[in-house]
Amino acid sequence: MIPASFDYEVAESTAHALALLAEHGEDAKLLAGGHSLLPMMKIRLAQPAVLIDITRLTGLSGIQIDGDEIVIGATTRHADLASSQILRADAPVLAHAAAQVGDPQIRHRGTIGGSVAHADPSADLPVTLLALGATVEVTGSQGRRSVGIDDFFTGPFETALGPDEILSAIRVPRLGGKPWGYQKFVRRANDWAIVGVAACDGRVALASMGGTPLRAHATEDALRSGATPRDAAALAAVGTSPGADFHADADFREHLARVLTRRALEGRTG
Amino acid sequence: MTEIKLTVNGATRNDEVEPRLLLVHYLRETLGLRAANVGCDTTSCGACTVLLDGESVKSCTVLAVQASGRAVTTAEGAVNRDGTLGHVQQAFREEHGLQCGFCTPGMVMAVTSLLAENPDPTEQEVREGLEGNFCRCTGYHNIVRAALNAAAKLRAANDDATSGKAPSDGEVAA
Repeated sequence: MIPASFDYEVAESTAHALALLAEHGEDAKLLAGGHSLLPMMKIRLAQPAVLIDITRLTGLSGIQIDGDEIVIGATTRHADLASSQILRADAPVLAHAAAQVGDPQIRHRGTIGGSVAHADPSADLPVTLLALGATVEVTGSQGRRSVGIDDFFTGPFETALGPDEILSAIRVPRLGGKPWGYQKFVRRANDWAIVGVAACDGRVALASMGGTPLRAHATEDALRSGATPRDAAALAAVGTSPGADFHADADFREHLARVLTRRALEGRTG
Repeated sequence: MTEIKLTVNGATRNDEVEPRLLLVHYLRETLGLRAANVGCDTTSCGACTVLLDGESVKSCTVLAVQASGRAVTTAEGAVNRDGTLGHVQQAFREEHGLQCGFCTPGMVMAVTSLLAENPDPTEQEVREGLEGNFCRCTGYHNIVRAALNAAAKLRAANDDATSGKAPSDGEVAA
């Protein structure tokens, strides 16, 4: 399958990328690893007139400690997240989740910014960043703004990112040895989660349980009130609205959410 | 049309391409390098796996323009300079790591990338490292044996190189 024709621009700087976005508006898409965008273009779910390649902007890539936070550039690849000593020490749930994305070839190309901007409710990184309480750094022609991850995902494949803005970095808190767990239920290697759960220091987030990654608020409230992981996990599906598809109906997804949340709260990772 | 400049199996290439041209089609149709196959065309099966700057990628989901300025290696480039099979290819031959052969070029490049990152993998690490490559003949056991055999060959070659014995010839990304 061959994508529809488009013009290809290489951004020389963030300012250049912003100028190109301003010029082409909603007809333009940013291109980094392209592992969400190109498959959509091949089946004509996306047909941008212009692709703006931001992978040559080295300032958008890399993982650094900044006080009590870790700053991750938007074009940092999944493979780099998975092997990062900083993340393994201070945000191990994110290093672990990045190693669950797709397969090695995909992790050599896909980026954290691309995954978050794509906002697939079943993907590994959005749900993990929700559990971490991350902050999304956005750069626009008017300057920078920060969006809390709880406000970033606005619908299926929809975010608070404007068409003239660049997702430039993700900030996550340094959690050191705080408890965490990660569960991803799939039937085949390199599938998306039928249900996924990320738990980190009392925050619990669910993948594939609605149109966006969702906090398991009832579970979190129960944990704060001193409930056991087993009792708190029994509330994991409260307030969710899972869909039904080829893989699972809604009841099965709710069951999976409860079981996987218990396992994640027990610190299990596989 | 957009100008790209890259190296493919060590040779410098300059070409004018449509931006929408996929890397796998550039390799197969523009350059006539037919090792990388188009299987699923959806980033799943791994038959189109090549190395980009030494790392495995699925060339059905990379634009040729994205490879500009970088080094691409295909299974054609995995042979030694004298035309004999490289270590990974030789290991696939010895272990009968193929049946119909369609997935093999992608498997060879995925194994090459895996062993560059992890020169001494366990069997489980090989299986997980090849999760992006499908063999529809289901010949996985021999493919895993081939990867472990290749790992041993490459480690021995590197030991020889560091101890001053005859250098290994031409093996890519090892």
